[in-house]
Amino acid sequence: MIFTIAAREFKSLFLSPLAWTILAILQFILAFLFLTQVENFTLLQPQLATMENAPSLTDITVTPLFGNAAIILLLVTPLLTMRLICEERRNKTLTLLLSAPLSNAEIIIGKYLGSLGLLAAIVALITLMPLSLLIGGTLDFGKLFANVLALLLLSGAFASIGLFMSCLANHPTVAAMSAFGALFVLWILDWSAGLVDKPSGLFQYLSILRHFQAIQSGLLATSDVSYFLLFISLFLLLSVRRLDKERLQK
Amino acid sequence: MTILINAKQLTRYYGKHCAVNNVSFELEKGQIIGFLGVNGAGKTTTLQMLCGNLAPNSGEIVINGFDMQTQPKAAKRSLGYVPDTPPLYKDLSVQEFLRYCAQLHGVPKADIAAAVTLAETRCGLTEVSERLIGNLSKGYQQRIGIAQAIVHNPDVIILDEPTVGLDPLQIREIRSLIRELGQNHGVIFSTHILSEVQELCTDVLMIRQGSCVLKARIADLPAEKSLEALFIELMQMPPVGDV
Repeated sequence: MIFTIAAREFKSLFLSPLAWTILAILQFILAFLFLTQVENFTLLQPQLATMENAPSLTDITVTPLFGNAAIILLLVTPLLTMRLICEERRNKTLTLLLSAPLSNAEIIIGKYLGSLGLLAAIVALITLMPLSLLIGGTLDFGKLFANVLALLLLSGAFASIGLFMSCLANHPTVAAMSAFGALFVLWILDWSAGLVDKPSGLFQYLSILRHFQAIQSGLLATSDVSYFLLFISLFLLLSVRRLDKERLQK
Repeated sequence: MTILINAKQLTRYYGKHCAVNNVSFELEKGQIIGFLGVNGAGKTTTLQMLCGNLAPNSGEIVINGFDMQTQPKAAKRSLGYVPDTPPLYKDLSVQEFLRYCAQLHGVPKADIAAAVTLAETRCGLTEVSERLIGNLSKGYQQRIGIAQAIVHNPDVIILDEPTVGLDPLQIREIRSLIRELGQNHGVIFSTHILSEVQELCTDVLMIRQGSCVLKARIADLPAEKSLEALFIELMQMPPVGDV
């Protein structure tokens, strides 16, 4: 049942030009940035050869690429998720799901997986770029895997907050704006932590950027992975609660 | 007789406003209940509660032996609901949409194609099967709304003003469809057209300011009074608070 909803959600993204536009633009921007990184590497190569412990091809191309992708996804994910529940409510199609033999958790998880499908496709397309380097070079696959995982977890977290905002808001634009705001605050929390002499441990822990970069560096710690999993579960749970309220309120 | 809907003392408030007050009724197999009341009387609220879209403040709803509060999934499996605005995905074709509805309602994979075809035939949608819902007229969309509710062959069918916006011919078709459905299912529908109730229904339920004012078999109604006269008389009684 979950997959019925997920498949419908995934397909409906491709029925409108939205998904195609996002995929195309994202790919264009990131390819451009990737190309600059590769250029950089060829320029630096003579110096790198003389250095001890020099950063590898993966360090110079892959890590910045995924870092840039994360920032762009921060902008794009709210647009993908804004319609999830909000639009159904506006078009009165939510009734269809609410009167079908489905639990609210199934509806929320189905919707979530549907949007996650597109995000996974985006991550897959991004991963193809560094893989193309294999034609003339070698990659550190461990690090590449860490980057892919980091971006997947990050976009999963983005989508969960977007879904929750879509449950709250009455208008897709409001949902997108609130999701973007929440994500941006979580992203920059870490900056404020560095402003004072004694950084706030809480802010550091909450900062999504810090955990993302930790995984990206190739250091796969349980605390970072569980941060993302907790984050996603929390917002999915809140979304289910919000949908439950649909029956009680008004 | 199997009791398909057993609604006991339903009450629903919107803030301080009491939209439905202590309404109880039963629906048996083979019955068609016409649900009457002026605008804002609480018809839609009652129907939404029956479908589990709205939780009652107090009272109990049992659908086909399953309590809506404690076993909502099992209860909803026996339900088909046509809300006042048909819930349609305009970017799907009729066939795709009905297939999706069948899947949502847990129709076994092997039976889906047959169920969709049957629902299309019953609602006269066969010619538009491949077309996008968004491009179809209001009458067709209304019929898709009904097809969506019967595709999984539920025991109980709940329709909220199903004939609004249809032309006279379509109204006749929908009425004969409801009559046909009433033979093997339990049907409850709200309407403003009194002749529709007289013609179609076995029972009538009238609601005024959230309270039930009449619950009777059509056959038991006094023969000398038309349903219209009865309706006007009941609706024009002084407000409950003044009595």
